[in-house]
Amino acid sequence: MILSPQAREKIVAAAKQYPQVKSAILPALHVANEEHGYVSDQMYREIADLLDLKCVDVAAAASFYTYFPKAPRGRYYIQVCRNISCALLGARHLSTYLQEKLGLKELGETTPDNLFTVVEVECLGSCTTAPMMQINDDYYENLTKEKVDQIIADLKSRAPGR
Amino acid sequence: MQTKILTEFVTDPQQHRIETAVSRGAYQAWEKVVREIAPDDLIELVKKSGIRGRGGAGFPAGVKWGFVPRQSPKPKYLCCNADESEPGTCKDRVLLENDPHRVIEGMAICSFAIESHQAFVYIRGEFVLAARRMQAAIDEAYQRGYLGKNIFGSGYDLDMVVHRGGGAYICGEETALLNSLEGDRGVTRIRPPFPAVEGLYGCPTVVNNVETLSALPSIVNRGADWWAQLGTEKSTGTKLFSLSGHVKRPGNYEVEMGYSLKNLIYEKGGGILDDKKLKVVIPGGSSTPMLTPDKIDTPLDFESVVTAGSMLGSGAVIVIHEETCIVWVTELLAHFYAHESCGKCTPCREGTQWMYEILRRIEHGRGTMEDIDTLLDLADNIEGNTICPLGDAAAVPVISSIKQFRDEYIYHIEHKKCLVKSDFRLR
Repeated sequence: MILSPQAREKIVAAAKQYPQVKSAILPALHVANEEHGYVSDQMYREIADLLDLKCVDVAAAASFYTYFPKAPRGRYYIQVCRNISCALLGARHLSTYLQEKLGLKELGETTPDNLFTVVEVECLGSCTTAPMMQINDDYYENLTKEKVDQIIADLKSRAPGR
Repeated sequence: MQTKILTEFVTDPQQHRIETAVSRGAYQAWEKVVREIAPDDLIELVKKSGIRGRGGAGFPAGVKWGFVPRQSPKPKYLCCNADESEPGTCKDRVLLENDPHRVIEGMAICSFAIESHQAFVYIRGEFVLAARRMQAAIDEAYQRGYLGKNIFGSGYDLDMVVHRGGGAYICGEETALLNSLEGDRGVTRIRPPFPAVEGLYGCPTVVNNVETLSALPSIVNRGADWWAQLGTEKSTGTKLFSLSGHVKRPGNYEVEMGYSLKNLIYEKGGGILDDKKLKVVIPGGSSTPMLTPDKIDTPLDFESVVTAGSMLGSGAVIVIHEETCIVWVTELLAHFYAHESCGKCTPCREGTQWMYEILRRIEHGRGTMEDIDTLLDLADNIEGNTICPLGDAAAVPVISSIKQFRDEYIYHIEHKKCLVKSDFRLR
């Protein structure tokens, strides 16, 4: 079992909120993702077994969305909004700045210490506070070079083992 | 004049807590509805207020509710659409995070009107704080008896569930939202049947936007006539506008419908960033046609923006100044639609990707004159030939930008570079 007993409990509880159990697939994927930072094939199977659904139903739903990666990423998953309102205020520069700062050759890469992964994503709904990025659950808005430097320094100092 | 109704308390960091919200009158409208108003009268009240959907389409909310078959033996559902992801739009997030009890109260009022006992709020996956705040607020509302069994001793029961999406723009389209909520891939459904008749789990369902529902407590408290006298005759009430892009003071501004675009940009927004010249405005989110500066006096209401050649959409006003390449803007938007097409309809699935590739080619100096016609041909073949409006939305920026800035496309192709280079740096 990859999913912890607590995660399994949460999934079963979520299923009770819906008239049809299939609706619990997205909540279950969120539970798995929160616990592990990704959702693997094995986790699809465990979710399907728990909910008494076919594994293909879970895989079909999961693969439709961008939110559930199949493999682990860096501890801090940095999503830079690339869409119009952010682009007009330097989003492209923000992602290249982060790349250079973290020594990443390409977007999507993870730093060798597994701390940071940087990607560009579509609109995150924070257009009036552009440019912005999301790191794990949190939004970082109205970004400037100075702010980005501070955020990265803080995250590095917070990382375990340092 | 700024009329703050929905956003009256959103700047108070304590407003999301039930003590604060209740001390300011939250759930009074809900109690009045449950104790004093019959569902049919409530629907009439909302029809009379004239409020139209704030998600983009502008359909009258009360009329939508009226389509729910009253005699149906099936359960009825309400889905609050909080999958806010139209580029430029970030108004619902403000309400979800900062005044969740207003959203819940609005959802409860709508549920009562359509005689539903189960409501869902579908929140886009990335809005983690919004989902947490809504869940905490729903828990508080249950504890105080505003939700759950036998509300206010009336015998009326209502359950409310937060459902988080997984990061897909298409799930903001109501039938895709329903598929996603049912645990399927978030692809769209052919209408009819409309959700009001056959929606979630095949049952009558109303899907309303966060902002629409959030207006209901005020409409119940202060009356349909009060709401109807705000705004214009056909676009009543106030509206939240997300002002973004090249302005000095971007932000969410709640103003009466009919407020002028010029005042929004120059008074609320403080004018164009670095005092540059305005090049173009996208008035209602990325899916709406661009407006050139000669349309700056357009009043922001559903009818006037159509007359000006665009649409009010979600009220996301994106301001773009003179040092911006229009091909670059269109390429950005084309990338978005190609990425977000659910893949169900061939014209959209293939066409959006094709349009993006051509725009990329032109932007990078490899375009040919035939490309302009190919783009228009593609857009024409997508428009009206897809199940949902995503295809039309994808065609809009392409058609609109070529129509208004064909010279810039031609310059781009002839000189293999931008007429004006968009090189926006972090500050």
